[in-house]
Amino acid sequence: MQDQGPILQTRGLSVYYDTKKAVTDVDLDVARNRITAIIGPSGCGKSTLLRCFNRMNDLIPSARVEGQVLFDGLDLYGHDVDPTEIRYEIGMVFQRPNPFPKSIFDNVAFGPRINGFKGSIDEVVEKSLVRAALWGEVKDRLKASALSLSGGQQQRLCIARALAVEPRVILMDEPCSALDPIATLAIEELMRELSEDYSIIIVTHNMQQAARVSHYTAFLMVEEARVGFLVEFGESRQIFTNPEDERTEAYITGRFG
Amino acid sequence: MAVIPQTEFQRRRARRKWMGRAFHAMCLLSVCIALGMLAVLLAYLLIQGITGISWSFLTGFASRHPEQAGIKAAILGSIYVVVVAGLVSFTLGVATAVYLEEYAARSKFAKIAKINIANLAGVPSIVYGILGLQIFVHSLHLGKSVLAGGFTLALLVLPIVIVAAGEAVRAVPPSFREGSYALGATRWQVIWHIVFPLAFPGILTGVILAVSRAIGETAPLIAMGALTFVPFSPDSPLSRFTVLPIQIFNWTSRPQEGFQEAAAAGIIVLLVILLMMNAGAVILRNRFQNKWD
Amino acid sequence: MVRADFDRNLEDLVSELFGLGEMVEKAIVKSMDALQRRDLAIAYEVVAEDDLIDEKRFELEEKCIDLIATQQPLAIDLRTLLAVLHIAVELERMGDYAEGIGKICMIIGEDEPTETPQQLDQMARMGVAMLQRSLKSLMDRDIDLANDVWDSDDEVDSLYDSVCHDIFVEMGEHPKTIEAATHFLWVAHDLERIADRATNISERVIFLVTGRIGRYKPPESTG
Repeated sequence: MQDQGPILQTRGLSVYYDTKKAVTDVDLDVARNRITAIIGPSGCGKSTLLRCFNRMNDLIPSARVEGQVLFDGLDLYGHDVDPTEIRYEIGMVFQRPNPFPKSIFDNVAFGPRINGFKGSIDEVVEKSLVRAALWGEVKDRLKASALSLSGGQQQRLCIARALAVEPRVILMDEPCSALDPIATLAIEELMRELSEDYSIIIVTHNMQQAARVSHYTAFLMVEEARVGFLVEFGESRQIFTNPEDERTEAYITGRFG
Repeated sequence: MAVIPQTEFQRRRARRKWMGRAFHAMCLLSVCIALGMLAVLLAYLLIQGITGISWSFLTGFASRHPEQAGIKAAILGSIYVVVVAGLVSFTLGVATAVYLEEYAARSKFAKIAKINIANLAGVPSIVYGILGLQIFVHSLHLGKSVLAGGFTLALLVLPIVIVAAGEAVRAVPPSFREGSYALGATRWQVIWHIVFPLAFPGILTGVILAVSRAIGETAPLIAMGALTFVPFSPDSPLSRFTVLPIQIFNWTSRPQEGFQEAAAAGIIVLLVILLMMNAGAVILRNRFQNKWD
Repeated sequence: MVRADFDRNLEDLVSELFGLGEMVEKAIVKSMDALQRRDLAIAYEVVAEDDLIDEKRFELEEKCIDLIATQQPLAIDLRTLLAVLHIAVELERMGDYAEGIGKICMIIGEDEPTETPQQLDQMARMGVAMLQRSLKSLMDRDIDLANDVWDSDDEVDSLYDSVCHDIFVEMGEHPKTIEAATHFLWVAHDLERIADRATNISERVIFLVTGRIGRYKPPESTG
């Protein structure tokens, strides 16, 4: 079912913070309606790379991006592209669940409201919470504060919030690292369900999670120059049983990093 | 095998305990002294002035005769001036803080601006009075009016509001900002929907501090032309006025015993108004804070 | 060094596998020796010692399962553990065939006059050589050596056909020797299976090194 080609592509993507290069020359194809994992040791630029896809790096004044990021052929860093427009299509879930200090309903409704949504907000909220596998647990207390939920529930709320604006891609930056193992497995199951309708990119420290959850895996690494680069990219099944590059093998067998 | 022999441990524990208790006692003593002094002051005030408080006192105007002294003009003047000062400093202060913390954050301009604002807080208040006289009274032709007085005090307390609002805005966790940007919010939307509501309690704290300061200011208002003897209520923003501290000061400088009583009564009134304003602001702040928990 | 303990465990495991290989090799040689010399005592030993081979295999299996459960092995580690697991099973089966030969020797008895077909000895020697080569290819992670094992298998297969043919001819000409001949057929079968198992071991070695699962495919040859 890859007949429509990759949904996101990077070509020669490099990221600088002032003059220091953080990530160099990444060429990556992100498959449509699949889960792609980005793994690598700390400081290799995984999060930096991820944030290029929804131009969140723009929020850091010293960050500068070179190269192209193509979203269905459109260069996200082109001249007349508005970053806020991109973020409706490419959503993000963060490492620590960050629901706004508002009610559960208002959290999910936030995205549609600020984007001038004209239809039924109630429907959108319900649909998003259902899709995030949270509806059953909160349908009787939508007005309760979002902060009264458990960690795992809060993260699913953040996913529902992201879904409410109908993105096509969901970026996840270590979404389970602040959660307990049960909550983690719940989120992983949710991810697999969501991948039928959305393309997902997940950055993770957890090798087993990447192996469990992703269809494709990209391995990033740093060398002495402290610049992150792409070492290997392929089907997860292959990367985790028989990677091509010995550096990839050294990392996933825990022999370094 | 123990690295440090037991006997040494015993001694240390005892000494630490003793030090802990001594420190606790010292803190308690300081609190008692501070509160005690406050209690003494309040008691003295109440004793001196409570008899002076009467309906005629509150609704009458000042007079040469102590038994007919009234505080109405001063109350109204204070309230009007402080309201003007509060509104102006709130608006300007919050806008400045938001600009410095959100739009120009981490820029060199912001750093310099913040240093200067902090310094302004330390400028003697009389300087603001002279400034107010020159700019508001003369150049802008507002005369020695309530409006001019309000603006003068607004300038005085502006640094307080800016600093408090700035801290409140800064205290909003970046994760909320990131979360809203990631949903496609523009900078303005992030500020209005997320930052502002969360920073509001902190901003209100700043306003409380500002208002408390403003209501007690005497020198700058005298310098820009507030009156000391006002036998009428200020009836428009451009009318002349007096404020409670000035009226109280005026009475304390008179020799008659009756005026001393009036002054004490006036102080009580001032404190009551101050408390009411603060209470109102605190209630407002709590309402906002509880919403978010 | 990160995972030094795990590395040591893996090394020890592979050493023990070689140990099992040696036990099996000795069993095959011993069983053929007993057959040649019609020595019932040695045959009895072979049968008894097979229990030790079985025990060793289960021990290895348990250790593999343990490491798989506790170490979350991936890539080369995973393939190594799986290869050890499979090869241990193959070796244990080879030990069973050697035991089978020993049992047949006990059935044949001390005074069976019929001559042992000489192909059997050849088959046995080739089988042992294949076992040694496949285990060496594991030790050196040498795919070429692993591939060579199949050439020998073809030879063993043709020896098997030849000895079967000879035995059938013999059975036809001297019906009285049918019982003894049948026993030798079994021995031939066991030896052919031993050689076959050695090729299975080579398949696992190739899996370990290349990650490729599947039947042996001869390298592309021109013509």
